[in-house]
Amino acid sequence: MDSHAIDSNLNFYEAKRGLFSWIFTLDHKRIALLYLYSISLFFLVGVALGFLMRLELFSPGGQVMDPRTYNQVFTFHGVIMIFLVIIPSIPAVFGNFFLPIMIGTDDVALPRLNLFSWWLYIIGALMALGTLMFGNGPADTGWTFYAPYSVTSDTNVSMLLLAAFVLGFSSILTGLNFIVTIHRLRAPQMPWFKMPLFAWGLYATAWIQLLATPIVGITLLMVVMERTFGIGLFDPALGGDPVLYQHLFWIYSHPVVYVMILPAMGIVSEVIPTSAQRTIFGYKAIALSSMAIAFLGYFVWGHHMFTSGMSDEARVVFSFITFLVAIPTAIKVFNWIATLYKGSIYITPNLLWSTAFIFNFLIGGLTGLINGALAADVHVHDTTYIVAHFHYTMFGGTIFVFLGALHYWFPKIWGRMYNQKLAYWALGFTFVGFNILYGAMLTVGVKGMPRRYYDYLPQFEFLNKVATVGSWILILGILLMIYNLIRSARKGEIAPRNPWNGVTLEWQVPSPPPLHNFDRPFILSENGPYDFSLLEKINEVEQKPLDH
Amino acid sequence: MGYYKVPISGHNRDDEGSKLGMWLFLFTEILLFGGLFLVYAIYRFKYFEEFRIIAEHMDITLGAANTVILITSSLTVALSITAMKKDQDNIAVLLLFITIALALAFMVNKFFEWNEHIHHGLVMGADLFNNLQHGEGMFLFLYYFMTGLHGLHVVVGAIILAIVIAKIINGKITKDNYTFHENGGLYWHLVDLIWIYLFPLFYLLH
Repeated sequence: MDSHAIDSNLNFYEAKRGLFSWIFTLDHKRIALLYLYSISLFFLVGVALGFLMRLELFSPGGQVMDPRTYNQVFTFHGVIMIFLVIIPSIPAVFGNFFLPIMIGTDDVALPRLNLFSWWLYIIGALMALGTLMFGNGPADTGWTFYAPYSVTSDTNVSMLLLAAFVLGFSSILTGLNFIVTIHRLRAPQMPWFKMPLFAWGLYATAWIQLLATPIVGITLLMVVMERTFGIGLFDPALGGDPVLYQHLFWIYSHPVVYVMILPAMGIVSEVIPTSAQRTIFGYKAIALSSMAIAFLGYFVWGHHMFTSGMSDEARVVFSFITFLVAIPTAIKVFNWIATLYKGSIYITPNLLWSTAFIFNFLIGGLTGLINGALAADVHVHDTTYIVAHFHYTMFGGTIFVFLGALHYWFPKIWGRMYNQKLAYWALGFTFVGFNILYGAMLTVGVKGMPRRYYDYLPQFEFLNKVATVGSWILILGILLMIYNLIRSARKGEIAPRNPWNGVTLEWQVPSPPPLHNFDRPFILSENGPYDFSLLEKINEVEQKPLDH
Repeated sequence: MGYYKVPISGHNRDDEGSKLGMWLFLFTEILLFGGLFLVYAIYRFKYFEEFRIIAEHMDITLGAANTVILITSSLTVALSITAMKKDQDNIAVLLLFITIALALAFMVNKFFEWNEHIHHGLVMGADLFNNLQHGEGMFLFLYYFMTGLHGLHVVVGAIILAIVIAKIINGKITKDNYTFHENGGLYWHLVDLIWIYLFPLFYLLH
């Protein structure tokens, strides 16, 4: 017996003990949880900042803060939510935890690099938080750091930029790790087109992380240099080109929205077959549409700059390619719906989170087409309509799936069931609050309320009040969900291996999994990852545990 | 009491996987510098004449010497890998030491070169610099930024090669297990490759 011999009756929590066994762990499941706890913490900080902004906008005029603080709050909200929450969220938490299990192996390909990514994440997070204490206060530029204001602002922009650089490095290494893992560690019976769709989502994501992030890294460094040496790269007062900054920034920052959404779409493609108890409709189309979105995503950055100054030819081309992205996205949505059609649907909070995602993302995606149209964009750009649009995709999309995945895989991660009744209530509040908040913002944006404004005209007051009330309902839902999950993780019913009757590999291991993931050979179908004719055979294991 | 050992384990040695990881990392490095090359191209296009004039102040001799030094060091690192494959540890270590010495020589040259420019006031903040045309200042700024970032990579590469030496001496890199050595070599070739583009852009084009 080799040195890895561990009793498989012990789960991965019990295999080792102590703080150091966590923060220096090489186990992908523990690293996933480290990410989960750190990301959740920052998510709550981001939510609190959003709550404050909505309070400020409850009525015209100053309410709870001064204008400069308001600018700092929305900047910090954006930086935290983008760089510390959404970008790492699904890949670093659920990708780390489930990718190795789902492809039938016992760890990622480069475990030490994996731990290093988490440490980089923490260092980047501390640097971002450091701007609260050092220098002239946190940045007030907006998370996009547009030049020339990011060059001339007297706040501590440089440190925040360096934090984003470090976080980008962390994201690159996670992506790199997943590509190597998927290429090298798939189970022998699992060719590319028999992989679970979550793995496909992560694979497409990883390539974007790898190929787009370095550009923003170097761009942010350029802004730091510009601030230090005042050389006139981007500052027009010194002969620089601010539109060049926007190009460099969006060359990364548009593809990165697909880093945020593709893994979420992968998870939905897992939850829906399990809930409908039938194989996914259009497996290859869903897998390849992820790659198509990743590819097309590189060529649409110009649609962030329709009103910034570009040639008409460039704008038309960018607009056209933007519309193309809707095709692979719609392919996914239709395939999910087709999977549910005539399936034997088990309604669980997991499924409802996923359908809530489809609803929100439909609004997010269709409003995106309106921005993508040149003429319409001139009207809606820089209004709260844009803010609502990307919250519908990022929050209503990615974060909803993140929370849904937390429910779907909750029994596997913590080995206990959550309280379903409370989960429905929490989802209900979150969904209703979310739609009130951002629905009102969409509407008031179309009426012309500018984004990032501290104050507004009286005619926008009613919808702003509605939005703020919506934010309270939303936060209530989130808090209820957190209460439910934390309580259930400690006191819930003990979960079986396969509570939702799934057939992918993570449902064939104990809940929670042992250190090396598998306690017996796994069952893979020749008909792909969602072959529910195997369900009986998979669930037999539960009834007669292996004789040790 | 055991556990089920998966057919393809992440804990097994996987040379192909490590090399794949390294190649992917090299892509990201190229893209990192790619952003700077792009900005260089844009400003060269915008300030063509000023770039040409200021480039005449570059010391082609030192630049050429550094190019020869780096290309030679790429050769020595490649030879050291071949020596390792043939189980000639001592020669491999010797060649790696030569590589690191060449890296050092490169940095020393760089130091004198920068020192010379700074001494003449061709540096951000100096009076002479402030009186230059915007394009000339941009050229110098990009020169410091790009060769500086490259210099940082030379230092990191040398450290990696030093780790390779330590691992050879400790017996962790052997004739049958030299992927780390190869990856260190790959990284070093990248450092060399980027310089091969920096050299003409800053020294030869005027």
